[in-house]
Order: sequence, then C-alpha cells, then structure tokens
Amino acid sequence: MALVRLATAAAVMAATLGVTAAAADPAIEAAIRARKAQFQLYAFHAGVVGGMVQGNRPYDAAAAKAAADNLVALSGLSRMFQWPEGSANDTVEGTRALPAIWANFDDFTAKHEALHAATVALAAVAGDGLDALRGAMGAVGGACSACHQAYRAP
Amino acid sequence: MRRVLSLLALLGAAAAAAGWWVTAPRPLEPRAFAGLQGDAARGERIFWAAGCASCHAAPGATGEARLVLAGGRRFASAFGTFVAPNISPDPAQGIGGWTLAEFGNAMLRGVAPDGRHYYPAFPYGSYVRMRLQDVADLKAFMDGLPAAETPSKPHEIAFPFSIRRAVGVWKYLYLDDAWVLSGDLTPQETEGRYLVEALTHCAECHTPRDALGGLDRSRWMAGAPNPSGPGRIPNITPARLRWSAAEIAAYLQTGFTPEFDTAGGSMADVVKSTAMLTDADRAAIAAYVKRLAPAE
Repeated sequence: MALVRLATAAAVMAATLGVTAAAADPAIEAAIRARKAQFQLYAFHAGVVGGMVQGNRPYDAAAAKAAADNLVALSGLSRMFQWPEGSANDTVEGTRALPAIWANFDDFTAKHEALHAATVALAAVAGDGLDALRGAMGAVGGACSACHQAYRAP
Repeated sequence: MRRVLSLLALLGAAAAAAGWWVTAPRPLEPRAFAGLQGDAARGERIFWAAGCASCHAAPGATGEARLVLAGGRRFASAFGTFVAPNISPDPAQGIGGWTLAEFGNAMLRGVAPDGRHYYPAFPYGSYVRMRLQDVADLKAFMDGLPAAETPSKPHEIAFPFSIRRAVGVWKYLYLDDAWVLSGDLTPQETEGRYLVEALTHCAECHTPRDALGGLDRSRWMAGAPNPSGPGRIPNITPARLRWSAAEIAAYLQTGFTPEFDTAGGSMADVVKSTAMLTDADRAAIAAYVKRLAPAE
C-alpha cells in the first residue's frame, strides 16, 4: 500500500515538474513569434522576386525593386530583441533554432550580415532586368541557406 | 555423453563457419570491369548526382573548394560518429592509386581494397544499383579532381559496432540491388528511379531505419528521425509533400521551397549538388518523387 502511495506521489511530482518545464517564459515566446513574423516577411518578399526568376510571374522592374528594398529593410532590423538566450529548441517548444546560435553568436551575426549585404546587392540590380535579378537572387538564397544549414533543425 | 558433446562441438563449429561465411566481404567478379573505359565528361554528371561532395568536401567548403574531397566531415549516429575520409586522388592520403575494380568494389559492394567492409554510412546500399559504365565514368572524373594531403581520421565507433566483420551481417540482411519503386513507369520516371535509388540516395535520410540500421522499404521516403541531431527528416511521399513536379525541380535547383523558405541542415549541401544537374535530370527526379507510394 505504501508502495502504491509512493508511486502515486512520484507520478504527481513528475507530472507537475513536466508542466513547469513546458510552461515557457512569455517574453521568450514573444521573441520567437516576432522572429517567425520576420521570416514570414522575408519569404513573402523573396517570393515576389523568386516568382519572376522562376518564370511564374512577369518581370516588373518596379515591383522587383520594391520587394528587394523590403528585404534590405527586413535584414537590417536589429538582432537585439528577437534572439534572447534561452530561446533555442533544447529548452523551448515550437522553435527550430539550434543552441549552436548562442554558442557561435559572432558567426550567426556574420551570416545575418552576409544576408543583408546580399539583399543590398539584389536591390542595386533589381531594376536591371531578369538576368541580373537571377544572379543576385541566387546569392540571397545562398545566404539564407548558409544560416539554415548551421543553425536550424530540420 | 561423449557423443552428445562432440555433436555440440560440431554444431558450434558449423555455426561459426556459417557466421564467418555470412560476414565475409563479397567483391565483384574480378573481370566485371574488363574492357570498360571511363569518360570524365560523363562522370561529372554522376559525381553531382551521387552527391559525393556533400559528404567528402571539407566542412563548410563552397564553390570550387567542393571539388577538393579532403573529408573530415563528422556524422553523428546511434552507432557512434563516422568521419568522412579523404577520397581525393592523392596517392598517399586519398584514393589516387586505386584500380577501377577496387573503386567499383567500394562503390557497389562496400569492400575496401584491403578486403575490409566499409560501414554503410557510405551509401553503397544505394550505389549497388549503379550501372558499371557510370562507375567507370565517375572514377575518370574523380581522378581529375585536385589532390588533398589531409589524412583521413578514424571513425569513433563503440564496441560492438567497431567490429568491421559484423558489417557483413548488415550486408547479408540489407544489401540488395532490386528497385524499390516498381510498376509501369514512364521513361522519365524510370530515369528518375535510377537517379534517386542508385545515385542521389535520398532514401538514406528520408526513409526510416530498423534497429540494425537497415532501411524500412515499406515506409520508403516516409520521413525519419534526423540521424545527426534534433528534428525529423521530412516525409516526401505524396501523402505529405504536396509540391508540383516543377516546384520540386525548382527546389533542387535553387533551394527555395514554393513558400520561399530555403533548404537548411544537410539538405542545403544536397541542393549544392543537385543544382549542378541538368533541368532534365531534376525533372526526372521530381517525376519519381511524385510517383512514390503515399505513406503517412
């Protein structure tokens, strides 16, 4: 009987601890939502340019330039707020951000700056025709992937 | 009593002999490659399709540096950490001195020139389906790549998986050159099947494995735990992957998904190789993926 009670107590404690571990810090959750929104906006505007490059929509110099300018603005946002310590996928649910980001924050920063530089280059040629757009967009995709390769879980 | 004991000893010896036989390396017929001439220009297509650089280029290499197959990349797994070896043409540290037959035995049978088994982290379980001419062409192309003097590092594999001979059991159970996708295929789907099942070896990550590390063919491409970290490798059967063939081909060329997310993780390196293929080859791969049996 005592054994049953002990087992029940242990189960209750385990459940309580589990709940405690799963209830995340609201500030961390807000930061994760904010950076996901930022990525959503990247993808939306990359889709405008990418659609032209892949031939799914006609090339439009003004639209290409406007979308590229938005990518420049998005990649220029300060990283100070969206990437707090403790927001990696080893401690929080609902994110694919790997702990390696915070172990190599200088490299993470450098990869983000490389993306910013690639978007600036894209904006500079966005009005110069489809061939120029294609080359510059390839570099933007490469910059996205370089960071996803190192710092995002599949 | 004495007779029972000697019978037991005899049975034991027979079992040991059977085990020794099962685990023995099985190279190709010595004359399998007789008369074959490799063509380096054709071999470049095989090189990119087979994804050699994705694992054997130095970690983080980009552009032309991906043609230097110095090795050193680490692959964590349930069995320990495998380290990709130097397969550049350097005669001392790489595979420069190998004959075509030695290269073929490595690619198609997972057997090293010294007769040892390779671990199936080297995807000979896929390459076993390769055409011999493609193996010869691949070697001709790789012979012309830059040599690297980086020594290969040993794998970090714990006992009992450190016993190479045991890989013979794995091969006995799983090494099979039969096609997985069968049925009435178009010529494009047939070429896609060759590309995917023999060369690009998508299944090595996208298909779940059993406890001994064999691919579960009943759940072909149905997704699997990430072998080297958190997360899952996605299900790419039509049950889950709703992309059009054109969208799959565009992803393999540019790394952009239809939603304009980009490839990450190991797939980013895969795309660096599939980007080097022709549009026709990427379209064939996409046609094959669209024909996969849906699996939840």
